[in-house]
Amino acid sequence: MSNPRESITLNVNGSNYDIDVEPRRSLADALREDCHLTGTRLGCEHGVCGACTVLMNDDPVRACLVLAVQAQGQAVRTVEGLSVGSEPLHPVQQAFWEHHALQCGFCTAGFLMLATSIVESDNVPTDQELTDVLASNLCRCTGYQNIKKAVCSAIEATRK
Amino acid sequence: MRSWVGRRLPRLEDPTILRGLGNYVADVAVDAKLFATFIRSPIAAGKLKQASAPEGVQCYFARDIIAQPIRPVLNRPDYVAVEMPILAFDDIRFAGEPIAVVLASTQAESEDLAELVDFDIDVLAPVLDTQSASASGTRPVHDVDFPSDVNVVINSNIKTPNFDEVFAAADVVVEVEVISHRQSAMPLETRGSVASFDPRTGRTTLTTSTQMPHIVQLGICESLGIPVSELRVIAPDVGGAFGGKMSLAREDVALVALARKLRTSIAWIETRSENFLSSWHSREQVYRVEGAFKDGYLTALKADILADVGAYSCYPVTFGVEPLMAMAELPGPYNFAEYSVRSRAVITNKCPIAPYRGVSRPVQTLAMERLIETAAREMNMDPWELRDRNLIHEFPYRSPSGLVVDPGSYRESLRLAKKLSNVEEFRDRQVKAREQGKWIGMGISSFSERTGYGTPAFAARGMGITPGFERVSMKMDSSGGVELRIGASPHGQGLTTALAQLVADQLKIDPGDIRVIHGDTDSTPFGWGTFASRSMVICGGATQLAANDMRDQILNVAGAMLEISPRDLILEDGEVRVVGSPVSVPIAEIARTAYLSSHLLPEGSAGLYSTGEYDPAGTFSDACHVVEVEVDIETGGVEIVKYLVVEDAGILINPAIVDGQIHGGVAQGIANALYEELVYDSQGNLLSTTFLDYLPPTMAEIPHIDIHHLETHTDASLTGAKGVGEGGTIGAPAAILNAITDALSPFGISINEMPATPSRLRDKIRTAQEVMQ
Repeated sequence: MSNPRESITLNVNGSNYDIDVEPRRSLADALREDCHLTGTRLGCEHGVCGACTVLMNDDPVRACLVLAVQAQGQAVRTVEGLSVGSEPLHPVQQAFWEHHALQCGFCTAGFLMLATSIVESDNVPTDQELTDVLASNLCRCTGYQNIKKAVCSAIEATRK
Repeated sequence: MRSWVGRRLPRLEDPTILRGLGNYVADVAVDAKLFATFIRSPIAAGKLKQASAPEGVQCYFARDIIAQPIRPVLNRPDYVAVEMPILAFDDIRFAGEPIAVVLASTQAESEDLAELVDFDIDVLAPVLDTQSASASGTRPVHDVDFPSDVNVVINSNIKTPNFDEVFAAADVVVEVEVISHRQSAMPLETRGSVASFDPRTGRTTLTTSTQMPHIVQLGICESLGIPVSELRVIAPDVGGAFGGKMSLAREDVALVALARKLRTSIAWIETRSENFLSSWHSREQVYRVEGAFKDGYLTALKADILADVGAYSCYPVTFGVEPLMAMAELPGPYNFAEYSVRSRAVITNKCPIAPYRGVSRPVQTLAMERLIETAAREMNMDPWELRDRNLIHEFPYRSPSGLVVDPGSYRESLRLAKKLSNVEEFRDRQVKAREQGKWIGMGISSFSERTGYGTPAFAARGMGITPGFERVSMKMDSSGGVELRIGASPHGQGLTTALAQLVADQLKIDPGDIRVIHGDTDSTPFGWGTFASRSMVICGGATQLAANDMRDQILNVAGAMLEISPRDLILEDGEVRVVGSPVSVPIAEIARTAYLSSHLLPEGSAGLYSTGEYDPAGTFSDACHVVEVEVDIETGGVEIVKYLVVEDAGILINPAIVDGQIHGGVAQGIANALYEELVYDSQGNLLSTTFLDYLPPTMAEIPHIDIHHLETHTDASLTGAKGVGEGGTIGAPAAILNAITDALSPFGISINEMPATPSRLRDKIRTAQEVMQ
């Protein structure tokens, strides 16, 4: 039982990936299985938990709700692109580390990408705005307190 | 040099995860040859008549998998053992139970093909609640003998000798009933496994998201009737567990059986809906407690505990885990001598229960704290004062159920919490708020958290296999690096970092030079895994013993090298120094000598290896939580305005990790108290199978949590550390329901049911308003 596939090119973290996918394949599955970028994680596959959050043209999206074919021609960024190889951690990653903003780490990539979109935006969010945005994603371990602290500190660090 | 223990050291585990390089089971699954989809019963109770798959669909039924059912045992007369087959073959006992498994070369294809499998079930009326399940004449969920009522699988009692006399002599008897609905541990990573047969060795490797790799290995090999040596179990990075990954999964047995049969690799990653349907549930319990008070002192407690444990018994801890823990630990932090309790578990046609963070203690704490609060109101006493009088304060304390409680700071934590809560100021604000139509309330919860218990505690429960001890083995390599292999299996707790801090202090090296190896039955000593707030206490104690031995060996080798008594040597800053002399040798040189010039050393001292084993009776942490809430009486919504935790977990090895455990624990307790509920319909279908129906809180629902630590030193733990993994979850529901009850006190209603959802609160408020009119 094999369905027709389409040849597409995904641009992820600045590199092009030529892959063949079924039209129904999610961006998350394409990233993980076709591009071998397994840092993006799947927590629910119905668009609620946000673990699979990636950036598409710098906006956060749920990679489980975007089809791979829809991501063609868009600039996709994943956790693997935040700091490459032996580069120092990205300021958001560094802040998460220093503030103990992860425990099991399963939600972390999604939160890092969501936080990166906040840090890179031109607006400095109010406390309530920050909570509203970060409430898009679920974490089961941390109780969120240190995630918020980390994101605040990353915002501060990148604005200096 | 400043010690490493006590520092908020950023975790050694984190950079890998932060870079997206974590290795979770779904990452291993990418390379599997076959992908499994389990076909699950859509019917709660019935007889499977026939099942078949079209030609060309690789589908396996119960008859294709040769394995013994999972049948955990408690050696006690009231325990009724039941069997859980690997795949259902005749009786269907809950909606979600696996009937067949389809394999295909991609996950999508296996899900498509699973749609084509045909099966026929004769539907029976499901047994869905404890009352009807145990009524005489009800159809048994399992065809076994029940020593008491039908479907009652645990029926246990304790009664202290003078109970009747003391209970009868009370001035006041206060009765409270609390109800907890079904909840899910709900780790963000669902369950998942990859079973991979190696034709070269004939062995199979199961990579699985588990808290207890050695027990998974044991359970599967027992079911398949194969030697333990034929299966290697690896716990890779695990995306949270909270108790939900400490029971043997029947799916894992099926995967290993099929991987062996087909000589291939098979992956299964549970969907979120499957996780809700068929991973373990917990906490569906009702407690009726009666407290007898004399002169403001609690003198006797009578309790009836009833747990709905679903259709099967979880391996290894069994469906006795909730009722038996509740029976033993219900008295909690309170000082009274007379106790009469009956605790029962009833099986039903619902998903089986297993431990979830806190197990019974969130509910038993709710029962005791609602009792104390209700008693304070009835006796017109200050609830702080009533607690202060009745909290245990002389140690060791022996509870009426026979537990020995080591030193803690029960009264001190209450008193500090009271001071920090500005109670007088709050009461003024509450009066003013009510004048403006705002309903705010303050709630308290005092509790103990039994942690770090080894075999004695589990043996007391009569467990057929008795968990408890932990072992570690330590090696210093020839360049002075330390490798620590542990039987515990951390999955987000930061144990690698905390153990490295302990070892660094003993061996005077940097924590970064210590590699902790866990989660692989081939390369770690047998251990019971990470659960029940045990690893820092038990694995930490074993690590301390191994590190002490290693230190002695290093000093002995150095002594031989320098021809000086080890008694005149000390370890400092990565070297061995001669006391009162400038002579020193770097540890790396000592390690090199131990391996590469062992002919210079006394016989038997080649290489640097040590082990540690620890099996303590347990130690109790304690805490007091104080919560301020605001209730919207129009919507029934509850906002948590302030959250205070005063906690005593003994010596804190890494305070940042401890605070993180408390934050996360409280968040899950808030979820229990207000939001999360697994709901079945009248036919036994689970209705809450997505994150749109089951509501884990987001950042918007979790307040800032203010934490204060007290630090009682105990000799019940070798390192002085007490466990702290569950306290947040244990304390939160009671504090929150007390706060809601306080907020709504003008309505004269008590909130004794969790989760206290808007509809439940509105029902209570509406009824009270009707009565008042």
